[in-house]
Amino acid sequence: MFRLWSGIPGGDRGGAWFLTLLAATAIAVPVLNLLVPSSSAWHLSGYGIALIGKYLSYGMLALSVDLIWGYCGILSLGHAAFFSLGGYAMGMYLMRQIGPRGVYGNPILPDFMVFLNWKSLPWFWYGFNHFLYALAMVALVPALLALVFGWFAFRSRVTGVYFSIITQALTYALMLAFFRNNMGFGGNNGFTDFKDILGFDLHSDGTHVVLLVVTAAALAASYLACRAVVGSRAGRVIRAIRDAESRTRFLGYPVESFKLWLFVFSGMIAGIAGALYVPQIGIINPSEFAPINSIEAVIWVAVGGRGTLYGAIAGAVLVNYAKTYLTGAFPEVWLYALGALFVLVTVFLPRGIIGLMPLARKDNRQTDGDECSDDQAAVHARTDGA
Amino acid sequence: MKRLPWYAQWWWVLLLVLWGAPPVHAQSPQDASFLSALGELREATYSDKASIVQRLSQSGHPSVRAVLTAFLEDRLYFRNSDQKVYIVKSAEGDNLHLIDPLSLKDAGSAPADSLTQIGTNNALRRELRVTVARFALSSPEAATRLAAARELLRSLDDASVALLRERLGVETNSSVKKEIRTGLALAALDSQDAKARLEAIAILKQSVSQDVRNRLAPLLDKSPSGTFVESDEKVRRAAASAVETIDYWRSFYSGIQTLFFGLSLGSVLVLIAIGLAITFGVMGVINMAHGELMMLGAYTTYAVQVAMPGHIGISILAAIPAAFIVAGLTGVLMERTIIRFLYGRPLETLLATFGVSLILQQAVRSIFSALNRSVVTPDWMSGSLRLNDALEVTYNRLYVVIFTLMVFSLILVVLKRTRIGLEIRAVAQNRAMAKAMGIRTEWVDAMTFGLGSGVAGMAGVALSQLTNVGPNLGQSYIIDSFMVVVFGGVGNLWGSLIGGMSMGIVNELLEPYAGAVLAKIFILVALILFIQARPRGMFPQAGRAAEDK
Amino acid sequence: MNVRNKRLYLEDLTVSFDGFKALNNLTLYVEPGELLCVIGPNGAGKTTMMDVITGKTRPDSGTAWFGDDYNLLEMSEAEIVAAGIGRKFQKPAVFEQLTVFENLELAWTGSRSFLKTLRARITAAQQERIDEVLDMTGLSGQRGSLAGILSHGQKQWLEIGMLLMQNPELLLVDEPVAGMTPHEIEHTVELLLSLEGEHSIVVVEHDMSFVRSIARRVTVLHEGQVIAEGNMDKVQNDSRVIEVYLGV
Repeated sequence: MFRLWSGIPGGDRGGAWFLTLLAATAIAVPVLNLLVPSSSAWHLSGYGIALIGKYLSYGMLALSVDLIWGYCGILSLGHAAFFSLGGYAMGMYLMRQIGPRGVYGNPILPDFMVFLNWKSLPWFWYGFNHFLYALAMVALVPALLALVFGWFAFRSRVTGVYFSIITQALTYALMLAFFRNNMGFGGNNGFTDFKDILGFDLHSDGTHVVLLVVTAAALAASYLACRAVVGSRAGRVIRAIRDAESRTRFLGYPVESFKLWLFVFSGMIAGIAGALYVPQIGIINPSEFAPINSIEAVIWVAVGGRGTLYGAIAGAVLVNYAKTYLTGAFPEVWLYALGALFVLVTVFLPRGIIGLMPLARKDNRQTDGDECSDDQAAVHARTDGA
Repeated sequence: MKRLPWYAQWWWVLLLVLWGAPPVHAQSPQDASFLSALGELREATYSDKASIVQRLSQSGHPSVRAVLTAFLEDRLYFRNSDQKVYIVKSAEGDNLHLIDPLSLKDAGSAPADSLTQIGTNNALRRELRVTVARFALSSPEAATRLAAARELLRSLDDASVALLRERLGVETNSSVKKEIRTGLALAALDSQDAKARLEAIAILKQSVSQDVRNRLAPLLDKSPSGTFVESDEKVRRAAASAVETIDYWRSFYSGIQTLFFGLSLGSVLVLIAIGLAITFGVMGVINMAHGELMMLGAYTTYAVQVAMPGHIGISILAAIPAAFIVAGLTGVLMERTIIRFLYGRPLETLLATFGVSLILQQAVRSIFSALNRSVVTPDWMSGSLRLNDALEVTYNRLYVVIFTLMVFSLILVVLKRTRIGLEIRAVAQNRAMAKAMGIRTEWVDAMTFGLGSGVAGMAGVALSQLTNVGPNLGQSYIIDSFMVVVFGGVGNLWGSLIGGMSMGIVNELLEPYAGAVLAKIFILVALILFIQARPRGMFPQAGRAAEDK
Repeated sequence: MNVRNKRLYLEDLTVSFDGFKALNNLTLYVEPGELLCVIGPNGAGKTTMMDVITGKTRPDSGTAWFGDDYNLLEMSEAEIVAAGIGRKFQKPAVFEQLTVFENLELAWTGSRSFLKTLRARITAAQQERIDEVLDMTGLSGQRGSLAGILSHGQKQWLEIGMLLMQNPELLLVDEPVAGMTPHEIEHTVELLLSLEGEHSIVVVEHDMSFVRSIARRVTVLHEGQVIAEGNMDKVQNDSRVIEVYLGV
C-alpha cells in the first residue's frame, strides 16, 4: 500500500489537522441535526446540512484542481466540466428513480422527454436505473473525457496559457451542447425534482446527513489518495515536471504520460465530487458547465494555497462561505468581491492563506521559484526542437 | 413592397395641384362620381371597398392616385360632423392636417377625435398596393418604377400584363426592363401555346428570383391523377433545365452572401484578436478582461449617442476615438496597477485579469443597468445593397469590414513605421537588450497594453452596430477571440487577420447545416485538433517568443 | 589511422540553420575512457555538436555512432539517454523545489513508468549509490536541502551527480566551471578527473586554465570544423588556432 506520510519532510501536520476537522464535522453534523431539537439555536437545519455538503464537494473539486495545478503546473480552466459530467451521471440515475412519480407519470421516461414527445429512452440512458452502473459512469465518463482531451493536448505539447484557453473552450462547448433541448439531458432546465436515492427519501434530513457523511468520507479518501500520489516518487517526478519540464523529459521520463495519468485521476475525483453534489443540492443544469465555475474553482485553490492539498480544500470552504454570505446580504457586492479576490490573491498572496501560516510553511518548504520557468523552457524546447 | 419615400408620392400631388386642378367649387360630373364613390367607402364592407377601389382606379380621375395611396397608408379619414372624406397629410400633436381629396389642396386641420379612419384589411391593402403600383409604373423615377413592376408581378392579371407590356415598349432603364420582361414571361407560362411557354422559360432561366423558381418548379410535378401538369415534354425539359440553372446561380450568390456574412463576423473577431495578439505577443500577457474592454467601447458608443442625440450620423465617427481612449486608458490603468507586478507569470496574469473582467462587468451593470442597450445605426450606414434576389449586402456589415481593414492597416503602419512601434517590437523580441539601449520598457509596456486595449474599444464600436450592447457582450466573444489568436499564431497580426476571417467564414458556412451551437462546438474541436499539428498557430513567431522574460 | 573501437564516432556532420553552417563536415572521435576537451571561439559549433549527439538536432548529412551499435541519428532523445549518453547543460538545471537527495533519486536509472514510480520505494542499492554520488560530488552535507538554495557551484555538481546516477558511458559536459569560484573550480577538476577511465567525457570549456588542468587531449573547433587536435601545448602553439582566437 502507498506510504502516506512519506515524501513530505517533517510529516503532514496540516493534513492531520484537516482530517481531524473533517472528522469533527462528520460527527457534529448528525448530532446537531438529529439529536439536537429543532427549537434549539444549535440545531442544524436540512438547508445547513446541504450547504456544508456543498462546501465539501466543492472542496473535492478544489482538491482535484490543486493536484494538477499546484503539483504539476497544469492550469485547467475547465475542470467544472468533469464535475458537471459526474453530476449529470448521478442526475440521470436520480431521474430514473423518479419513475411513475413524475408529473407525467411515465414509469420509464423522465418528464422532460415526455414533454418533448419522445417515445423511448435514448440508448445512453440505459443502465442508469442501476446504482452501481451510475456510480461507474460517474467515475468513467469524466475520466474518459480527460483521457481523450488530455491525450490530444499533452501529446502536442500544449502547455501553459494555451492549454488553459482550450480547457476553457472545452467547458464552454459542453455548456452549449448541454443547453440544447434535444441532447437528451433536459436542456436548459437540466434535472430536478428528485425523489429518492437508493430508496431513501431525498427530502428527509436523515438522508442528507448520510449524504454529508459519505461526502466527508469521500473527501478524506481523495485527500489521502492524492497525498499518496504526491508523496510517491511519481509525485516527485510530477513536481519536477512543473519546475523544469524539458529537464524531466531529458531524464527519460515520459512527461506526457505522467501528465495524462494525473489529469485523468484529477478528472475522476472532480466527477465524483459532482456526483455527491447533485443529490444534496437537488438540481443540475447546464450552467454548471459555465467557464466561470471552473475559474472560481481555481481561485479557491489560489486563496487557500496551492500545492498543499488541504489548502485548496480550505480555500474552497472559505470562499464559498463568503459567497453564501455576500450573495445573501449584499448581492451587488459579490462579483466585485470575487474580482478583487482574484486580483489581490494573485498579486499579494501567491502562496495563498496557507502560505501565511508558519505550520504549513514548514510542511511545504518551497523556494521562490519562478512559476512560469517551465513554460519558457517548454516553449524554448519546442522552438529549438528538430 | 418598399414604402415609397414621402416625397415620391407628394411630388405627384404637387404636380396635380400645379396642373391647375379646376377651381375648388366647380365640380364636373367626373368629380361628382368621384366624390360619391369616396363617400361610399365610408361604410362599405371590405369586399365592397375593393370594388369601389377598382371603380376609382378605372375612373381616371387625376386625384385617384393620391387618394388610393393615402388609403393604403391609412391616411384616409372622414369627418364625423359632415361625413366628408379627407386625406390626412400629417399629424401635429392632437391635430391632423387635412387635404381635400378632390383638389388635393390644404383643407385646414382638425382634432384627431373629430375624424374617423377609413379602415383597410390585408386583402384590401394588397389590392391597393397593386393599384397604386400601376400608377407608379409611369413614375419618372426608375426606383419607383422598379418597385411598381415587382409589386405587379406578385399579382398578375390581364390588366397588369397589358400595362406592363405597354411600359416595356417605352422603358429605358435596363433593370426595370428586365423586371418587366420577367413578369411578362411569368404570365406567359399560363399561355395555351407551348411555343409561347418555351419562350417564356428561356427568359425566366436568366432570373435568380425565388418567386420565378417557385413558378417553374410545379411544371415538373404530376397531378394527383398521375399525368404531368405540363403536357408538352419539350417545355418540361426546358423547365427542368431552367430550374437547375436558377438553383445553381442562387446557390452561387448565396455562397457569396455567406462569404460576406462570414467576413463581417470575422472582421469583428479580427478587431478583437488584434488587441489580444498585441498584448499577448508583445508582453506575454493573456488579458481575460479584453472582452470587457471591448464592451466598454460599445458602451462608449452608446454614451456618445446619448450625449449627441441630434447628430446620430456623426456619433459613430466621434465614438471611434472616444472608445479608443476610454478602453485604452482602462488598459493602461490595468497595466500600471496590476499587470506589471505579475510579469513572467502568465497564469497569474490570466487570473488577475479575469478578476478585473468581473469587476468591469459588475461596474457596467451598476452604472448602466443590467439590461441591454440599443445603439442606433446612423442613416448612412443602414439599408442594404440588393444585387439580386439571392444577394443582399447590408451596409452596416460592409462598413464593419472596411473599418476592420482600415484599423488593421493603421496598426500595421504604427508598428512598422513609427518610433513607438519600433520600440514595441524591440521590447517584444529582446527586453533586456531594449532596456540596455535606453528604451524605457515600463513605458513601452504601458503603451502597448494601451494600444491593444484601445483597439478592443474600437472593436466594441463596430460590434455595437451589429448586435445589442449589454454587460455580457465581452463574454460572448472572448472565447472566440482567444481561438483566433491560438489559431492564427500569437503576436502575429497577419495571423490574426487571416485566422479571424477564416473562422468567421467557417462559422457562417456551418451554421445553416449544423445550427449555431454545433457550429461552435465543431470549430472548437477542430481547433484542438489543429493545435496538434501546429501547436504555435498558423504563423508562429520566429525565434524567441515574448514568453521569455 | 584505424578508426575503430571508439566510444563516439562523428563523421562529416553538416548542420545548417537558415543557410548558416553551424557544423561543416565535422569529424571527431572519442576514445573509450578518455577525457576530451573541446574548445573554440563562440559560434564554432560546440553546442550544436552536442545537440546532434543527444538527438536534439538532426544533421543535414553525416553520421554519428555511439560505440559500434548505436546509430544516434535514428534514435530519439530518450533512447539516446537510455543508451548511456548523459549531458550536462550550461545552465544548471536541477529541480529547485526538490531536495538534493530527491534530485538524485529521480535521476536514477529505474523504471520511468507512472504506475511503477507510484509504488516505488528506495532500495538499499539505490540508497548506497546516492550516498556514493553525494560523496563524490561533495554534497553529502546538503542531502536534505532544497536544490534551489545551493550555490551555483553546488548546483553544477548536483547536476553532474544526477548524470552519474544514470551511469552513462559518455558524459557531455557543457561549460561546467562558468561562474564558479576558484575553490569550486578546483573541486570540479578533481571530480572530473575521478571519473576518467570509467566514463568517457567530453568537456566544452572556455576557461583555459581549467582546460589545462584536466585536458589530456584537446580538440579545437572553428566554424563547424576541427582545426587542431592534440595536447594542450601543441594546440596552443598551432598557428591556425592563434589566428582564429586572436584574429590575426
